[in-house]
Amino acid sequence: MTDIQEREKATRYLNFREGLYQKTLSFSAVLIILLIGCMFLTLLISSIPSIRAIGIKFFYNSAWDPVSDQYGALPFLAGTLLTSLLALIISIPFSLSIGLFLGEYFPNGWISNILKNGIELLAGIPSVIFGFWGMFTIVPFVRDLEMKLGAPPIGVGILSASILLAIMIIPYSASLIRLVVSMVPSTLKEGAYSLGATRFEVIRYIIIPHIRSGISAGILLSLGRALGETMAVTMLIGNTVAIPKSLFDTGNTMASVIANEFTEATGKVYFSALIEVGLFLFLVTTLINVIGVKIIKRYQVQ
Amino acid sequence: MRSSFAYRTARNAVFKGIIILLTLVTLFPLIAVLYHIFTEGISAINWSFFTHLPKPVGETGGGVLNAIAGSLLIILFATLIAVPVGVAVGLYFRDNSKTKVYAVAHSAVDILQGIPSIVIGIIIYLWLVKPTGQFSSISGSVTLAFMMLPSIIKSTEETLKLVPESIKEASLALGVPHYKTMLRVIVPMGMSGILNGIILGIARVAGETAPLLFTAFGNPFLNFNIGKPMASLPLIIFNYAISPYDDWHKLAWGASFILVAIVLFLNILTKLAERKWKVQF
Repeated sequence: MTDIQEREKATRYLNFREGLYQKTLSFSAVLIILLIGCMFLTLLISSIPSIRAIGIKFFYNSAWDPVSDQYGALPFLAGTLLTSLLALIISIPFSLSIGLFLGEYFPNGWISNILKNGIELLAGIPSVIFGFWGMFTIVPFVRDLEMKLGAPPIGVGILSASILLAIMIIPYSASLIRLVVSMVPSTLKEGAYSLGATRFEVIRYIIIPHIRSGISAGILLSLGRALGETMAVTMLIGNTVAIPKSLFDTGNTMASVIANEFTEATGKVYFSALIEVGLFLFLVTTLINVIGVKIIKRYQVQ
Repeated sequence: MRSSFAYRTARNAVFKGIIILLTLVTLFPLIAVLYHIFTEGISAINWSFFTHLPKPVGETGGGVLNAIAGSLLIILFATLIAVPVGVAVGLYFRDNSKTKVYAVAHSAVDILQGIPSIVIGIIIYLWLVKPTGQFSSISGSVTLAFMMLPSIIKSTEETLKLVPESIKEASLALGVPHYKTMLRVIVPMGMSGILNGIILGIARVAGETAPLLFTAFGNPFLNFNIGKPMASLPLIIFNYAISPYDDWHKLAWGASFILVAIVLFLNILTKLAERKWKVQF
């Protein structure tokens, strides 16, 4: 073999390897897109029997009864919405405080280090352990409260689930709020300080207006988290199929009905109706995430 | 009166007090959870907890060997599936951030991160469990792999973007082929960040329960066959927590203790790695 032939061979070899490298990378990126698409299609196709059999009634019928083959998801929609919103309302003052504490008052130093690590730790505790802990602390606490108020002392229910859910989403929303608080341009704040504003006034009239949409994005993304939270809620909500009428009522959420009934669903429509619940959950959380991430990204560009 | 200096400073101080108070209150559940797990868990743990299978109700003792082995195996296979794909996508993202595929794939990763774990569980059930007619540990691994991907992809992309272009150019100028430059120069320089993403991903899925309910399913016996149902720590905690028996609650506390210890250990590991091998240029 001549030198030239050998060199050509080496070049071909390199080109082949380079092509392989590029193709593998592009393939992986396309694969991710395809997988998400296939996930959606799988859910959609598997929900068809239920969509055909039930139709739009799925969203306003409040009877979920496998025996008579009736599947209305309204109780779960109500349960999910109620627990998630209540959890958000409970968590907002706390996550806002932590966001301001870490983003404005104490951005550095050992106090904020301890707090940051503590919150990260809280975010890392598995949901099933939160649920287990909640069964032994939050449930008795709510039961005592119910006794004092004269409600039936069940303990489990919407309120217990919401309190636990609030504890679980605080780390997430707090870290998002801290992110946007720390991104407020310091020239704006310094301008206000030099005019004699107090810190409260700077927060009230400079920081909060500046990050209003960022806070909404943080709350929106936490809502996405709360909607999909399964184990902790399942363990504390009581799992009854009825639209909750008070905070102390037991209920059920979309995620927890799937967790409870999916492996036992035998009928074709029953099985498919549970998947339709999953499809709806998929669509709602995806929508919430896309909007939330878009708003947050706008801050990072600024 | 409303704008007097005294009023304004007082309002400022009160607001600061409220912020500090509410912040400290949040640490309360954290301390309570950790304290509860620690005190209840430590009393449940002894040597046989790690070496024995769970015993039926009424018999004291027994351990969660099957769950510990199962968790390790499920997570090991999940990591093996997720790491190559995640790093490849991250590499693609680093060098092609202006293409259309990038824009769509990037949103796809964001969407994947937001999908509730239970929905991913349903999808993998429909893909892997229903066609084979059998719950299997490998389907659980695939589910967890999906949940690890976003963290691996994002950390790979972000770390590798920190590696300066001049280093890449220097390597290319020395005649190193492009693919070799990427794999032998750029990736090793960002290794700590990639490892961090992998560990964080593992920490995120180690406690996942919901999607395993219909994939790995759980198994009261020791099993090393990835085609068969397998126990895992989160599943055993759930099953024993909702049971009415004190013996089983005790096992669940012990399992919770181990699981939290693992997650905590992984978190500390990433912190140390971050401090020691931080990518700086």
